[in-house]
Amino acid sequence: MTSNWFVNMAYFIAAIVFIFGLKAMSSPVTARKGVVWAGYAMIAATLATFFIPDLHNIGLMVVAIVLGGGVAWYSGKVVKMTDMPQMVAIYNGMGGGAAAGIAAIELVRGVPHDAVTSTLLALGAVIGAVAFSGSCVAFAKLQGLMTKAIRLPGQNNINFLLSVITIGIGLTVAYSAHPGGFEIFLFFVLALALGVILVMPIGGADMPVVISLLNAFTGLAVGFKGFVIGNPALIVAGIVVGASGMLLTQLMAKAMNRPIRNIIFAPITGAAAEGGEAVEGTMRELSSMDAAALMRYGQKVIIVPGYGMAVAGAQHKVWEMSQLLEEAGVEVVFAIHPVAGRMPGHMNVLLAEAGVPYDKIFDLDEINNDFAQADVALVIGANDVVNPVARTDKSSPIYGMPILNADMAQNVIVVKRGKGAGYSGIENALFYKDNCRMLYGSAQEAIAEVIQHVKSMEA
Amino acid sequence: MDGFTALYIFALAAFTGYEVISRVPVILHTPLMSGSNFVHGVVLIGAMVALGHADPESPLQLLIGFFAVFLGAANAAGGYIVTERMLGMFKAGGRKQGGEQ
Repeated sequence: MTSNWFVNMAYFIAAIVFIFGLKAMSSPVTARKGVVWAGYAMIAATLATFFIPDLHNIGLMVVAIVLGGGVAWYSGKVVKMTDMPQMVAIYNGMGGGAAAGIAAIELVRGVPHDAVTSTLLALGAVIGAVAFSGSCVAFAKLQGLMTKAIRLPGQNNINFLLSVITIGIGLTVAYSAHPGGFEIFLFFVLALALGVILVMPIGGADMPVVISLLNAFTGLAVGFKGFVIGNPALIVAGIVVGASGMLLTQLMAKAMNRPIRNIIFAPITGAAAEGGEAVEGTMRELSSMDAAALMRYGQKVIIVPGYGMAVAGAQHKVWEMSQLLEEAGVEVVFAIHPVAGRMPGHMNVLLAEAGVPYDKIFDLDEINNDFAQADVALVIGANDVVNPVARTDKSSPIYGMPILNADMAQNVIVVKRGKGAGYSGIENALFYKDNCRMLYGSAQEAIAEVIQHVKSMEA
Repeated sequence: MDGFTALYIFALAAFTGYEVISRVPVILHTPLMSGSNFVHGVVLIGAMVALGHADPESPLQLLIGFFAVFLGAANAAGGYIVTERMLGMFKAGGRKQGGEQ
């Protein structure tokens, strides 16, 4: 009895500290402290669990914790910042997998539950399994192991049918007193398949929304499991994460002006992009020398980074260039679109890694009116988020998406690998405007050249 | 647990999550996501309890339980280290800006 009281107290404190930890994330000043507290709470809760009476298999448990924790700790320590989105995706998937595993044990053991618990058991299992396999697919996509967005014929019908069948079998299994092994197996196979085919057709610019949604899913699954095994700490932590993940997903979707169901069920692909009007004119090239001169002798430069900067790992070069320009008296700031990159706030993390102070980084609403006063808008590997078509062309798939007004600057320099359209396949009208020049090359090399030229101008 | 008690906990936790997160600025969205990713790593303790109650005579239960604990621990440890690394990089400019080499 006393040991149970101790365990429950530890769980209660952990749940409260988690909430405070997340709350501390509302400011960059306190955020790090917040996660460290939450870390101690997690350790305390884990240690306390060993004091629950009548637990078996302790040895196996310790081995699993050391292995899982060790592998993840090491990989998280060495991963490059540019690869962060896929790491977040895979850790998230593991949480979903753990929730599904808890459900699997409950089902195999055949513990009788009441109706509500059985329902939550089945739903939690489906959501957890979907989060697991979906995150694995998201990981494969972000890691570049899977480059094509695969869309099955009649995808939405298949999604719907498979969900209904999976949930149906899940409920049957959860309600029956002694579910058969085959039914349980089939249930999990279907649930895992559902996650795969849900995420398979989605890619590129829609990735931030998917990752955030899968995160919310895992949270919900954990919360449901908490109910099933009667652990309020799991309920509180899981549901808090589920709700916050849903909110974040909504924010992302709003930033793209597309309802969440469109992103899941009607992703923009090459074929869908044909709707837009053809853009007339030609793209004009610019040398790195001219690019350097335009910025060096300007007053204000706004840098718009995108996924291209992440791929090239060019954030350090970009910051080096910005510092050179600042020493020469040019004002340099960064403009970040909410869905730039492959996860929410992706660009902020990369710039922070390079050492850019966060008070030089502005989001869409804060900076959009400043482009008109800027001498140069330097677009680095961003595409759809600066496409003026979103303002003007009603037939375009991205019509209505709030964009950064890079086209309003005196001069626009676009650093881009080649002449192709962006991920969505939509032609970018910005590239054809009179005030826009293209600087071809990988962001890393192009910016390095610009740095050389800026340096030669100092003398 | 009583069904209605659980329902209250559900509702209050959902409100809490929504309120806490709606104040987080855009620049911290990635650490926030990664941080909440870490917090649901608490599934680890659920997995430990499940493995602890698994029948030591059943290899299938042990296998699933082992897997669940492994994944839960990975979620918690990975989520933590990644979040902590990211947040360690965020710093303010202020007076020091431009001065660093």
